[in-house]
Amino acid sequence: MKLGVYICHCGVNIKANVNVAKLTKFAEQLPRVRVARDYLYMCSEPGQQLIKKDIEEHGLDRVVVAACSPRMHEITFRKALRSAGLNPHCLEIANIREQCSWVHEDRMKATQKAQKLLAAAVSKAALLEPLEEKEVEVTPAALVVGGGIAGIQAALDIADTGYKVYLVEKEPSIGGHMIQLDKTFPTLDCSACILTPKMADVGNHPNIELFSYSEVVAVKGFVGNFEVTIKKKPRYIDETKCNACGQCAQYCSIEVPDSFNLNLSKRKCIYIPFPQSVPACYVIDPDHCRYLLTRDCTQCLEVCKQGTNAIDFTQKEELVEVKVGTIVIATGYDLFDVTTKPEYGYHLYDNVITGLEFERLSNASGPTTGEIIINGKKPKDVVFIQCVGSRDKTVGNEYCSRVCCMYTAKQAHLVREKLPQATITVFYMDVRAFGKGFEEFYDRVKQEGVKYRRGNPSEVYRRGDRLVVKAEDTLQGELVEVEADLVVLASGIIPNKQTAQIASLLKLSQSPDRFLLEAHPKLRPVDSASDGIFLAGCCQGPKDIPDSVAQASAAAAKSLIPLSTGKVIIQALTSFVQESDCRGCGFCVEACPFDAIELREVKRGRRVLEVASVNEVLCKGCGVCASVCLSGAIQQKSFADRQILSMVAALGEEYA
Amino acid sequence: MPEEEWKRLVTIGRERLFPCIQCGKCTGGCPIALVCKTFNVRRILNEVLYTEGEEVAHNKDYLWNCSACGTCMSRCPKGVDPMEMVLTLRSVLVEDGEIPAKVRDVLKSIDVRKNPWGMGKDSRTDWTRGLEVKNIADAEVLYYVCCTPAFDQRLQKVPRAIVKAFNKGGVNFGILGLEEVCCGNEIKRLGDLWNFEALREKNLENFKKYPIKQIVVTSPHCYNSFIHDYPGLDVEVKHYTQKIDELLTEGRLAFTGEFTKKVAFHDPCFLGKHNQVFDEPRRILQRVPGLNYVEFDRCRERSLCCEGGGGRMWIEAFDAKDRTANLRVREAIDLGVEVIATSCPFCLLTLEDAIKIGRYEERLKVMDIMEIIDLVLN
Ligand SMILES: Cc1cc2nc3c(=O)[nH]c(=O)nc-3n(C[C@H](O)[C@H](O)[C@H](O)COP(=O)(O)OP(=O)(O)OC[C@H]3O[C@@H](n4cnc5c(N)ncnc54)[C@H](O)[C@@H]3O)c2cc1C
Ligand code: SF4
Ligand code: SF4
Repeated sequence: MKLGVYICHCGVNIKANVNVAKLTKFAEQLPRVRVARDYLYMCSEPGQQLIKKDIEEHGLDRVVVAACSPRMHEITFRKALRSAGLNPHCLEIANIREQCSWVHEDRMKATQKAQKLLAAAVSKAALLEPLEEKEVEVTPAALVVGGGIAGIQAALDIADTGYKVYLVEKEPSIGGHMIQLDKTFPTLDCSACILTPKMADVGNHPNIELFSYSEVVAVKGFVGNFEVTIKKKPRYIDETKCNACGQCAQYCSIEVPDSFNLNLSKRKCIYIPFPQSVPACYVIDPDHCRYLLTRDCTQCLEVCKQGTNAIDFTQKEELVEVKVGTIVIATGYDLFDVTTKPEYGYHLYDNVITGLEFERLSNASGPTTGEIIINGKKPKDVVFIQCVGSRDKTVGNEYCSRVCCMYTAKQAHLVREKLPQATITVFYMDVRAFGKGFEEFYDRVKQEGVKYRRGNPSEVYRRGDRLVVKAEDTLQGELVEVEADLVVLASGIIPNKQTAQIASLLKLSQSPDRFLLEAHPKLRPVDSASDGIFLAGCCQGPKDIPDSVAQASAAAAKSLIPLSTGKVIIQALTSFVQESDCRGCGFCVEACPFDAIELREVKRGRRVLEVASVNEVLCKGCGVCASVCLSGAIQQKSFADRQILSMVAALGEEYA
Repeated sequence: MPEEEWKRLVTIGRERLFPCIQCGKCTGGCPIALVCKTFNVRRILNEVLYTEGEEVAHNKDYLWNCSACGTCMSRCPKGVDPMEMVLTLRSVLVEDGEIPAKVRDVLKSIDVRKNPWGMGKDSRTDWTRGLEVKNIADAEVLYYVCCTPAFDQRLQKVPRAIVKAFNKGGVNFGILGLEEVCCGNEIKRLGDLWNFEALREKNLENFKKYPIKQIVVTSPHCYNSFIHDYPGLDVEVKHYTQKIDELLTEGRLAFTGEFTKKVAFHDPCFLGKHNQVFDEPRRILQRVPGLNYVEFDRCRERSLCCEGGGGRMWIEAFDAKDRTANLRVREAIDLGVEVIATSCPFCLLTLEDAIKIGRYEERLKVMDIMEIIDLVLN
């Protein structure tokens, strides 16, 4: 066996604190080492050339690189080995930067530690075995979970490329929060006007299969080959027959709060969430329908029978299985619950409303057909309070919700437009107008006579028939009581309440703010930590519409990579079972977080035994199984006991 | 308190202010800011942050204005406790002897007589005259009376009513009698950490002496002190409203008389904002036959402080144009109530004063919940 050792200076990053000349000399005399070299930047093209040339000239069969963390350049050096005809897994890296030069000040001691790390790497390298990387075929389809603007955009982009998309939305219609908004900052486009064409595209797209009123209940498999179970809730209406004529609703006698209008108005028990719903199909609210509860009403059924005969009370919950290669999660956000801030009196006063309620109030299709009317009157004095539930440690939301400053500015503008005589005051802590066109929009709103006062109001109370907002105007350093007859709370954005459930279903992580965690905050902002699963929109963090759309298109592009190459490479560093040592206890089966191990029956002589067996496609090489195995039967490739123990032995030696 | 430990207080306190974003939510809610322009707690924090701390305390009479109501603490979105810094700065003044005369009298009385009212130790049990009250040595629940209702003639009705109600409800309780000393809640908030420490030691010693199963207190201030400032006290502490509510729920007490008045409850800061006891007093009042219960608009978490806490019983606010108790009484008049009910000795005194100042005696009374109970419990 012939080893080559390559020691990197990393400019001065390593060299300044580790004596690389000494380290090279040291390497030369280690067992089986044929060549040892040091170089300014091993990761550079000439650095890699050094390795390749030596492999060819000296016939090296194992390579050790002493440089930075394997997280940085393991892939670089593996590629170099492969291009020189050596198996890429015949590489071992000693991290003498993060674990040595960067963390120790004493050069002599740092050099000594580098010697140990290097000796350990060399002794392990001799025991490394070439590993085979397998490829599997990819199912040419994608799943998108959540049909808000982010999910819609991702689904359309993937479908337009020619791949099948299954779009799952838990509500009866797609559209998400954006369909509830009135105008959108900073350009004041009508939200529904720009969204409904995209929704219609989804409905009509030959490559998109829409599962509305549905949820994902199980996901098995791995990148390239996920098996997804979707639960379709019964609408009690046949989607293929309903033409949304609306006769049924006219005959239904049950009225319930309209959740699409945030309960500011009523709807019937048989309903379509809003006129442009996709699918354009009615749905029956099972919690209030008299037929479903007590079977004492069939009004809608009778009318519908005369027409399309779409109502079907026999519908049951249905489970559908689909196979996909990649998944995009776009489950969006929920609004912060402002009742947890009792000082603002939302629970007491009808004229204290949330930002989203304002959107409905201001919307031409909303409960007041777009007139700002509260308690039957047009308000004269309107106060906006920013940062409600954002930047607030006491409610566990340390982050800025990123949209409230601008949606408040937009709403202040809408009040100005609709009620030219009203006084409008915005209380803010900082105005964050960071996006394209935002500062200009903020200027415009101030120009329109909206008063911005710096201070976070402390309480809202009633005086006579008016509300009083009490705050310190911190720029003036004085306490102010501003009277109002409409107070709008700029409620922040929190992760969708089902986020934890989704995370556990798909084995995703959440960041401390409880949003879904991306694989890298800068370089992989749309990847999740699980291969083949991507994040789009507010499920990953608060965002406005342009950012949600941009991230959705990025997630679509990322998820198209495996779909269009048609193959994914399977991790070679899986675990493996030495069947003769296995007792069949099943500890590893339980410990495996990826369900990659099963017990399998094998014949030994005349006896039938159970032994563990690893599905290499599912195995992520985390090594948990090896750590719980009592008999040492299950081991991880390249991290087997004998390989690790040889390193431990080398680390225990003293070197001159 | 050892010298270095206390010196570090300001430094540590200052570090705790680092997250402050000067949003003003503290000042916006501060009841004192409502009546006194010079007292701005956000600005005080900013000054501490700009300097190295300690010297900020000097020449600021308004530091004595804080009523320790805790509103600022409960509102700050960054989890900063502005009140704590104001009180820490007071302790700098106490250490340096820069103390207003009235405060000095209180601290001296505490030192010598273990009560803040300058009353003779021996008169602590005068309120029990004609009542049968056991000593704690022969009972299991300690009724901790508090100096104020024990010495103040007007307030003595309250502990007397409590004793009657407890007897009726079959509570096996007793008092410490002449052994009782001040809980120190106000003393700590006046910045005298040294006298507070002595009181705490004495109280803990008293509580250890007897096999006490539970402590029930008259005053929300004692309640707060025992709950938050007595680490190591492992006996359950209840405010009397919690205990009475429990007796009523268990059916051990029942109201038989009527009280046909329109009543609103004024939340004491140390019961509500500091300790989230909001429901029990209301439940009691709503059980009183004939009582027409209404809420102040500013109630519960938004209740308006009466300025009786933080040592403010003994010292007027500097540079103030009004008292918040006066505002509160005007709110009651606007609401058309006949009785403001409360459950704190200090609230009772400040509000009663405000009624006199406003000349509303004919239309409005302030009563402790116990006084109402006493009328309907025969
Ligand atoms: C009051 C207010 C005003 C705003 N105004 C503007 C504006 O003017 N301009 C602007 O750019 N931005 C604005 N925004 C921000 C905008 O709403 C968001 O950027 C956008 O809606 C994010 O889209 P999304 O698809 O990520 O999330 P969402 O709109 O929340 O969509 C998520 C979708 O996923 C579905 N879903 C959730 N969980 C599941 C599940 N488990 N299974 C299946 N489906 C699921 C939901 O039902 C929903 O349809 C505003 C926000 C608020 C609160
Ligand atoms: S409320 Fe908190 S963050 Fe805001 S100014 Fe006061 S102490 Fe600072
Ligand atoms: S405790 Fe009350 S009185 Fe003191 S500063 Fe805070 S809010 Fe003002």
